[in-house]
Amino acid sequence: MERIPILKMGEYLLVTIQVDMHDRVAMTLQDDLTARIVSAHAKGVLIDISALEIVDSFIGRMLGDLAAMSRVLAAETVVVGMRPAVAITLVELGLSLTGVRTALNVERGMELLRRRIAEQGRDGAGSD
Amino acid sequence: MLTELFGQDDAAILQRWMDNQLAGSGFRPDRISRAELQENATQFLSAFRRALSSGSTDIHGADWAAVRHVLDVLSASRAERGFSPSETATFIFSLKQPLFDRIRGLHEKDGVKLADTTWEINQILDKLGLYTAEVFQRSRDAIIARQQQEVLELSTPVVALWDGILALPLIGTLDSARTQIVMETLLQRIVDSGAAIAIIDITGVPTVDTLTAQHLLKTVAAARLMGADCIISGIRPQIAQTIVHLGVELGSVVTKATLADAFRVALQRTGLAVQKQLPHERKPPAERDRTSGGSEA
Amino acid sequence: MPVLISATHGIHTPEDVVAVRQAVRQRAVELGFNLVDQTKLVTAASELARNTLQYGGGGAVLIEGIGDGLRRGLRLTFEDKGPGIADIDEALRGGFSTAGGLGLGLSGARRLSNEFQIESRPGEGTRVTITRWR
Repeated sequence: MERIPILKMGEYLLVTIQVDMHDRVAMTLQDDLTARIVSAHAKGVLIDISALEIVDSFIGRMLGDLAAMSRVLAAETVVVGMRPAVAITLVELGLSLTGVRTALNVERGMELLRRRIAEQGRDGAGSD
Repeated sequence: MLTELFGQDDAAILQRWMDNQLAGSGFRPDRISRAELQENATQFLSAFRRALSSGSTDIHGADWAAVRHVLDVLSASRAERGFSPSETATFIFSLKQPLFDRIRGLHEKDGVKLADTTWEINQILDKLGLYTAEVFQRSRDAIIARQQQEVLELSTPVVALWDGILALPLIGTLDSARTQIVMETLLQRIVDSGAAIAIIDITGVPTVDTLTAQHLLKTVAAARLMGADCIISGIRPQIAQTIVHLGVELGSVVTKATLADAFRVALQRTGLAVQKQLPHERKPPAERDRTSGGSEA
Repeated sequence: MPVLISATHGIHTPEDVVAVRQAVRQRAVELGFNLVDQTKLVTAASELARNTLQYGGGGAVLIEGIGDGLRRGLRLTFEDKGPGIADIDEALRGGFSTAGGLGLGLSGARRLSNEFQIESRPGEGTRVTITRWR
């Protein structure tokens, strides 16, 4: 069965979704990613969807779930590279992906993660 | 038989037809030359003759393809040049008189034949005239559609204000078709430029109704999904009142009264600031460009 | 309205849902839909194909390119012999509260199309037809 590769880049994980996923592949990704966040002690996750030609309510919900699950495991998630046509369609569909952070591309997503993690570090230090 | 019409002194028919066209109101010396008209007429007559000799009177059939082709080219070119539909159809209708005269000459002694042939040729020419008008109309529609598209594209200039900050100054009424293009153009430019902030300035939009407001909010929502923030600026007092009266929920969308205010917010968000320099901090031009030996040095 | 092209695809596995998306995309490209409209059509098809599989127990989709001289469009008819929908209005009201369920799939597909029809009888099955014009 096909799997979506998860790459480790320092403290971050990079998930590049390149296939027109069917629903079982998407479910497997949830298992794989949560396991990987724990084993790699990842602080952030970048999900690159620039190759996706559509995001329907199922994939939209999966992205939201992935972000929520990562948060529970103390990792920030940023979804990057959504195409304009996909974004317009998602809005029309009525999905706003509440709770999911987004960035234009992997580079911007990485900056956002760094900033978020630095802020959290400060907050954490302040409360000690 | 209709084939008898041609074959003898065809030049006379062409000449009569040309005279009719040149004398009639359909002739536009400002838009078409006499030579071009003569060429059109000659081409048509030769195709028309061949079509008649096939025996078929179905102008939509294969035997009439060459005739239709001549008319397609003619009508499209006249639509481009701003002829009216009746001026274009006159090309065909002005051929009636020379042909009817010819029929009278051929069947002077046989009243029944005279009437039948006249009726037959009349019907064919009417159909061809209508065909010309239809092609003309289609060509005009295509021209209008193309121009609309061009205007729409012209009217959505996305400009870069600063590194990472785009602005879209909107002017005129926003309908659904235009908003669609505005939305797509802006989002594509965001991807291409990697800009994190886009300012949509509606100073030039006369009125905002519920639909327009919804379109704007959808654009902001789509940009946010892609990872860019939008600020809506240029909200005039009247429009602010309308938005509240209509009960439009702006949610968390940032709105500013002027483009300058929005630009200031955008600079702040990207970690930039505009600072006024004191006179002694300014470097004289000569210091930057010593070779020119400026007088201020 | 004359039918220009037509094809039927079975929907019995998650892979079939992917195949339906690809078939709809291909037809939409052939009919000259622009990228945004293609995306809307494919997304609507994905929602309805998933509903057919998950709630209808499988079925089929008829993909038709339709048009007259004036306009062209793509018509998709999803049909299943599943349990049917008892309260269609309720199913169409879907939004965030029922996100992921039948609700967002149906109401989303309706928002993404120009024309939308649904017929359903409890115990007999469901037929959803959507059309989008170029």
